[in-house]
Amino acid sequence: MDFVTEKNMDHDLEVRIGSLVLRNPVLTASGTFGYAREFEQFVNLHRLGGVVVKGISLEPRPGNPPPRIVETSCGMLNAIGLENVGVERFIAEKMPYLNNLDVPVFVNILGDSVDEYQRLAARLAGIPGVSALEVNISCPNVKKGGAAFGSDPDMAAAVTRAVKQESDVPVIVKLSPNVTDVTVIARAVEAAGADGLSLINTLIGMAVDLRTRRPKLANVIGGLSGPAIKPVALRMVYQVARAVSVPVIGIGGIASAEDALEFILAGATAVQVGTANFVNPRASEEIVEGMAAYVHAQHLGSIRELIGALQISEGGS
Amino acid sequence: MNQIQEKVQLIRSERLTADIFRLTLASQAIAASAAPGQFVMVRTGTAHDPLLRRPFSIYQTSSDGTFQIVFKVIGRGTTLLAHCREGEELSVLGPLGRGYRLEQKGQNILVGGGMGIAPMLFLAKRLLKKTALQEPPQVLLGARNKEELQPMLVDFQALGVRVLTATDDGSLGHHGLVTDRLRKLHPAPESMVYCCGPKPMMAAVAMICRERSLACQVSVETAMACGMGACLGCTIPLQDGSYGHACSDGPVFDAERILWTL
Repeated sequence: MDFVTEKNMDHDLEVRIGSLVLRNPVLTASGTFGYAREFEQFVNLHRLGGVVVKGISLEPRPGNPPPRIVETSCGMLNAIGLENVGVERFIAEKMPYLNNLDVPVFVNILGDSVDEYQRLAARLAGIPGVSALEVNISCPNVKKGGAAFGSDPDMAAAVTRAVKQESDVPVIVKLSPNVTDVTVIARAVEAAGADGLSLINTLIGMAVDLRTRRPKLANVIGGLSGPAIKPVALRMVYQVARAVSVPVIGIGGIASAEDALEFILAGATAVQVGTANFVNPRASEEIVEGMAAYVHAQHLGSIRELIGALQISEGGS
Repeated sequence: MNQIQEKVQLIRSERLTADIFRLTLASQAIAASAAPGQFVMVRTGTAHDPLLRRPFSIYQTSSDGTFQIVFKVIGRGTTLLAHCREGEELSVLGPLGRGYRLEQKGQNILVGGGMGIAPMLFLAKRLLKKTALQEPPQVLLGARNKEELQPMLVDFQALGVRVLTATDDGSLGHHGLVTDRLRKLHPAPESMVYCCGPKPMMAAVAMICRERSLACQVSVETAMACGMGACLGCTIPLQDGSYGHACSDGPVFDAERILWTL
């Protein structure tokens, strides 16, 4: 790709999420890229559209006992249990490095009650280097008997409103695929003020060890990610992009520029690269390069021409 | 730490037993910078299945810019690796993790069991170089039988280190566990025991060392997705109630830090 200079490459790929301008649509998914520093030897972080850091809670969380991960066909299950350093250590120890990067930083937040989400958003307001919040609503609501915020439209909307009230940066809500109709949640969250939606989080699954007759994860069930979930993710992004008017960020099994471009055709304004980072730490940057090459090869003025440009023949849904 | 991801050529693939293989891979960078106890993550193919890389400790490095791994065929990933042909390229990420801390005070005792023998050769070589004036390391190796032990044993014998062996079936050396051999040694108080092997073996070695106030380092093995501290999947429960991560805090830990549950 010698013909692609860095300057026109950036220009061709620029997208907007709310008030935030991304130099390209490629972000790294929360929980797959650490706090970015882990990847500095492999990736030119400044070439990315943005970095979504590991989910942060008010207090540090130790996570689940092992085994936490297991490989499955074309994918993996994880039950990490939201291990993280907590918001105070995140601000003190991780933010200075992230703030020095010339790349938007999305801070993924998670809590067990509306109040916890609200306090997290308030604590992160005004912190230099925080470009956006991504609200993980897949955790159980401890106060309401453990039902996930992400599967109840009213609860999802309540979390969104609470975070929006405190936040001074765009708020993205990350949707769970483990629902009957994702567009119901998507509309509720949009109405509550979300600046964008990201989807999908992992699909709940499990794996069994026939030899020991035990589940392969200590937590019994876990979240499925990787190429195995891409068709499900594409379908949900397509449905949600048609149901809302805020930007949608596509996530789920993206491992190549072709994968990423398919999500953009289906309606995503940006994408997140997740499990692929584990297999190829350079995956995110390679996807940026591949996307730029595609835009040039197709003589497009901008990547934006492709957003939602999927051609559906008459009679298609 | 200087970590790299590169396509490396498979120089040699040797079948040591029916299901144990040794691969020689060409990487100037990894051969030059790796330390004993560190590991590499190897992709077993280019397709999405199997998806994840496989971790292997480094068996030895060479000044000609190559390094070796030894593995037993367990599942689909290792089956694919066993079928790789010489001349093929493999994607390798490494060197990863924290290796063994080399001590020079007392005697160095290396205890390897099964495939856990692999990192011990690299360690023995490095210790020989570092502690040229001291007595050479004492190596204790255990395996199921002679067939599994012999191909790696000869590499240790070629170094000129003292090796004591044990096999489950008594076909080579002591009939029993390698820990039996450790119990019969009476090393000086400042000696260091370096260990790698199945979890029950490492727990037993840790207990023996604790009883005798010997320092002990163990290299742990867990399932692992990334090998570089991002996935947080390779959890090791520690004595203080926290979790360590095999890839970034380890794979080598001081044995006393680990919560041994069997």
